[in-house]
Amino acid sequence: MNPSQAAQSEDTMQYGIFSVGDVTTDPTTGHTPDDTERVRNILTIARHADEAGLDVFATGEHHNPPFVPSSPTTMLGYLAGLTTHITLSTATTLITTNDPVRIAEEYAMLQVIADGRMDLMMGRGNTGPVYPWFGQDIRQGIPLAIENYALLRRLWTEDVVDWTGKFRTPLQGFTSTPRPLDGVPPFVWHGSIRSPEIAEQAAFYGDGFLHNAIFWPMEHTAAMVNFYRQRFEHYGHGSADQAIVGLGGQVFMRKDSQKAWDEFRPYFDNAPVYGHGPSMEDFTRETPLTVGSPQQVIDRYASFREQVGDYQRQLFLLDHAGLPLKTVLEQIDLLATEVVPVLRAEADKARPAHVPADPPSHAERVAAARAAGEVHEQKPAAADHWTGKTAEDDLAAADAATR
Amino acid sequence: MSERSIVVLSAGISQPSSTRLLADRLRDATVSELAARGITAQVETVELRDLAHAVVDMTLTGFASGDLARVIEKVEAADGIIAVTPIFTASYAGLFKSFVDILGKDALVGRPVLLGATGGTTRHSLTLDYALRPLFTYLRADVATTSVFAATDDWASDDEVNPLPARIRRAGRELAEMVADREPSAPTGLFDAVPSFDQLLGGA
Repeated sequence: MNPSQAAQSEDTMQYGIFSVGDVTTDPTTGHTPDDTERVRNILTIARHADEAGLDVFATGEHHNPPFVPSSPTTMLGYLAGLTTHITLSTATTLITTNDPVRIAEEYAMLQVIADGRMDLMMGRGNTGPVYPWFGQDIRQGIPLAIENYALLRRLWTEDVVDWTGKFRTPLQGFTSTPRPLDGVPPFVWHGSIRSPEIAEQAAFYGDGFLHNAIFWPMEHTAAMVNFYRQRFEHYGHGSADQAIVGLGGQVFMRKDSQKAWDEFRPYFDNAPVYGHGPSMEDFTRETPLTVGSPQQVIDRYASFREQVGDYQRQLFLLDHAGLPLKTVLEQIDLLATEVVPVLRAEADKARPAHVPADPPSHAERVAAARAAGEVHEQKPAAADHWTGKTAEDDLAAADAATR
Repeated sequence: MSERSIVVLSAGISQPSSTRLLADRLRDATVSELAARGITAQVETVELRDLAHAVVDMTLTGFASGDLARVIEKVEAADGIIAVTPIFTASYAGLFKSFVDILGKDALVGRPVLLGATGGTTRHSLTLDYALRPLFTYLRADVATTSVFAATDDWASDDEVNPLPARIRRAGRELAEMVADREPSAPTGLFDAVPSFDQLLGGA
């Protein structure tokens, strides 16, 4: 069997967008989209990002209003069928409150449907009540993330799993289906803003680490990323500068910088996540939020590699603060045509040859696994390994029962 | 001579402020008692009023901007803290509490703290014991037995029956003894106590 074709074949840094999926009133019109409108808008945004040539679309996962994306693989599976180039991902998949067995199943299914054009990012979730709603406790956030992910990896790499842990009912003889595409699981990122334990986890496994710095000064981001890099090297996955790093950011652009400030200010001043705290001047100085011309965005984002090193994925939040769909699509066009080509060329030129340009694609992971002799060939499951029965046996039994 | 760092937090609103006056006297008493023990005090006095906007911003955003980040680092690395607030509406000033709220919950564990408060009349003096002391007990700070309340009247008389100067000296002595007995603090970083992955996995 040949490894599936991955769209991301050229060696170049990835630029994409992520959506938190919040429903926010447009303060300039008073319009609040309902959940259906917001979900459809996100689908339009993702397809537009694909058509514009961006590399990644990632969706958040939430289980409380005012956020709509509760079911990421449903959304991403649909997008996999309608897009051709863009890598589909998450920001983030809740490794704490989701059953790791369901994550294994759902994302392996997405991997097959998307023909490998996907990855995913683990996150813990910071909304207290979501934990008890799913039978968990936020104070166990880190232990949940550690144990659940350890189980998830086994479900993807071992055909039959016996397992006992603290947080989930034990498994005996469990097989997660479908088995991963070409016997190689999806690439995994771990996202955390404040917990070095998660950077440690990402480094231990040689997975990617994404710091979503949208509310944080770059000094803090650099400290977390550099800790991950050192631990990545410590665990023998390569040199520190070869670790797979992603950053989050957010921008608002117009060709004329002053127009960008005038247009975005009412959104900034009223958004639940930005408003009524620091001024837009303070916030744009302290965090990656950049409001201005495409050239100003280029200047700002091109400088981040000086603090975190050469990195592989930059995600932008564009559909925030209640901006209308039309504006978001214009932002995608500006990003894709004026900003990304310049940033990409600068990043690709500055990066030493031994540093990966992008996170590993499915095809690259298959090739690496084969070279290491780690590909697990799937045995045809002719019979249920519990009952020894085949589908034909079941059919015969069903016929007998209904005769 | 060895050195210790003292941070003085004053939450007075007006300028000049009687809260700052009390804070300065507690500082002087502590510094001279430390000097008597052969210890040089490096003192930083912080007017929380100057940080008021940054404190609210951090409450809303979760990160400290500008000078506030530096002050929080100083507080978290101090060998001793003198915290003085005016009493407003039967409790500490909101600004004072807002500042304490943005400190990490473990920032003051085991840290010697001297408490002071100011108010219009001595009727409010117990606020130190029903509001401030429990707050710092919750934070597991090491709070000096003597805390000092100064009412307006206390600043008027300057005779041998006014108990305020003696209280200030006693409080300064207590804090100096606690600070002197303690090893100097080393600043701790976010990454100092991260368990290795084996420990994380074992604990899961």
